[in-house]
Amino acid sequence: MTATAPRRTGAVTPGRGTSETPPRRAAIAARTLRTDRWWLQPLVTVVVLVLFIVYSSVRAFQNAHYFAEPYISPFYSPCLTTDCEGDTFPELFTGPSWISPAIYILVVPLGFRLTCYYYRKAYYRSFWQSPPACAVAEPHRRYTGETRLPLLGQNLHRYFFYAGLVFNVILTYDAVLAFRDETGEWGHMGLGTLVLLANAALLWLYSLSCHSCRHIVGGRLNSFSRHPLRYRFWTVVSKLNANHMKFAWVSLVGVAFADFYVLLLATDTISDLRFF
Amino acid sequence: MTYDATFRVWRGDAGGGDLQTFTVEVNEGEVVLDVIHRLQSTQAGDLAVRWNCKAGKCGSCSAEINGRPRLMCMTRMSTFGEAETVTVTPLRTFPVVRDLVTDVSYNYEKAAQIPAFTPRPREADGSHRMQQVDVERSQEFRKCIECFLCQDTCHVIRDHEENKAVFAGPRFLIRLAELDMHPLDVVDRRHEAQDEFGLGYCNITKCCSEVCPEGIHLTDNGIIPLKERVVDRRYDPLTWLGSKIRRRPRD
Repeated sequence: MTATAPRRTGAVTPGRGTSETPPRRAAIAARTLRTDRWWLQPLVTVVVLVLFIVYSSVRAFQNAHYFAEPYISPFYSPCLTTDCEGDTFPELFTGPSWISPAIYILVVPLGFRLTCYYYRKAYYRSFWQSPPACAVAEPHRRYTGETRLPLLGQNLHRYFFYAGLVFNVILTYDAVLAFRDETGEWGHMGLGTLVLLANAALLWLYSLSCHSCRHIVGGRLNSFSRHPLRYRFWTVVSKLNANHMKFAWVSLVGVAFADFYVLLLATDTISDLRFF
Repeated sequence: MTYDATFRVWRGDAGGGDLQTFTVEVNEGEVVLDVIHRLQSTQAGDLAVRWNCKAGKCGSCSAEINGRPRLMCMTRMSTFGEAETVTVTPLRTFPVVRDLVTDVSYNYEKAAQIPAFTPRPREADGSHRMQQVDVERSQEFRKCIECFLCQDTCHVIRDHEENKAVFAGPRFLIRLAELDMHPLDVVDRRHEAQDEFGLGYCNITKCCSEVCPEGIHLTDNGIIPLKERVVDRRYDPLTWLGSKIRRRPRD
């Protein structure tokens, strides 16, 4: 290997965090000189994510109104305890009654989104303000990024991706079961069927456009020409990947809407629009 | 269409300085660098500014315009209102030499630390062969003009001078990615990327991609794939095991 220069150097002047301008840099006191509304995007991110977190927490702990034949809310699917409404899934165990069946399964979609490369950008910027926007100073005195625990755990993203795929299959299965009517007869379709189908489709798009997925299907290879099939997979996933942010948001809203629709049905607030 | 614009330009050196206000003529079709040159020729003859090609290809005229890292030669005056004050400051992340000129040697020191391209042995007929699809990913990063706007905007070193020792910055992380993806290269740089060049410091907030005048997708196509490659070796027991029992060749 070619010899390289000594490491861990680089024109360093003693750092003092953000409280003052490091020596020898241009003395500019303002935190940023940006004149545009740079604070708007992090603000919108905080508002939307907080709304989702509040709504999904209330629904997950509510432990009611998540099943309206033949639809099951995506927050409670797969529902695996003996307390579950409906009989879509095998009832594997009996948990304490105060624990909602949603709690056992939410760790997977939560972990998948929490370690997602797009959401990381979104919440590092908006919640942790690291940085709040480009060329706007962050408020922290020290910064170690993802080099230490717990943030080193972000590297587990691919395992959440694998687990998330299982959930996508289950939610697709739910959408297929929604072609049955209240009595279990096939040949039914209502607005709820469409909602569950759209939800499953959006979750597939979000999962398959994931950066880890892109790496796994072909990105890890150095020679595409020797793996033409994987190169084609990689090309397709790369195209999806360019829209990962869009899919992240749309699928987040989609899953909340699907749950909300089932809630409205289960509480008899509305009745399902039936196509056939 | 000619009008008088208000410019605030940072003037000073490492000992101190401030934003000075000028009123300067702007003509139709001009860019910020044109106006800075007019300022230099009419009102501030000793204004220090580094520039070269005026075509967005040499990467010399990097500065911060209204707080955003930009090339002065590629920032059209038509993007500002006539009444808008345009503020031009030197790159914040690097030591200032004078006025708009900064000392970017940090970048050259980091560049010298990267293990160089090391190709596999030539084939029997003395040539190196590779397919276009195999080098395409690396070629995107070859568009880099080394304007160092990504280095300037990266908060890891912009806001934390002390991280300069352990973090190479986005420009050199994509250099590592470029070499690691190269079909002919045989050196494994993944452990060094993490331990020596600070890949883990990057929290993928994508400012480098936002400011790149060449439109390189530094984060999506360079840094994240490199992070995933590091995960393969260091944090994923399955791929690590696969590599140990030679079920996963590195090609």
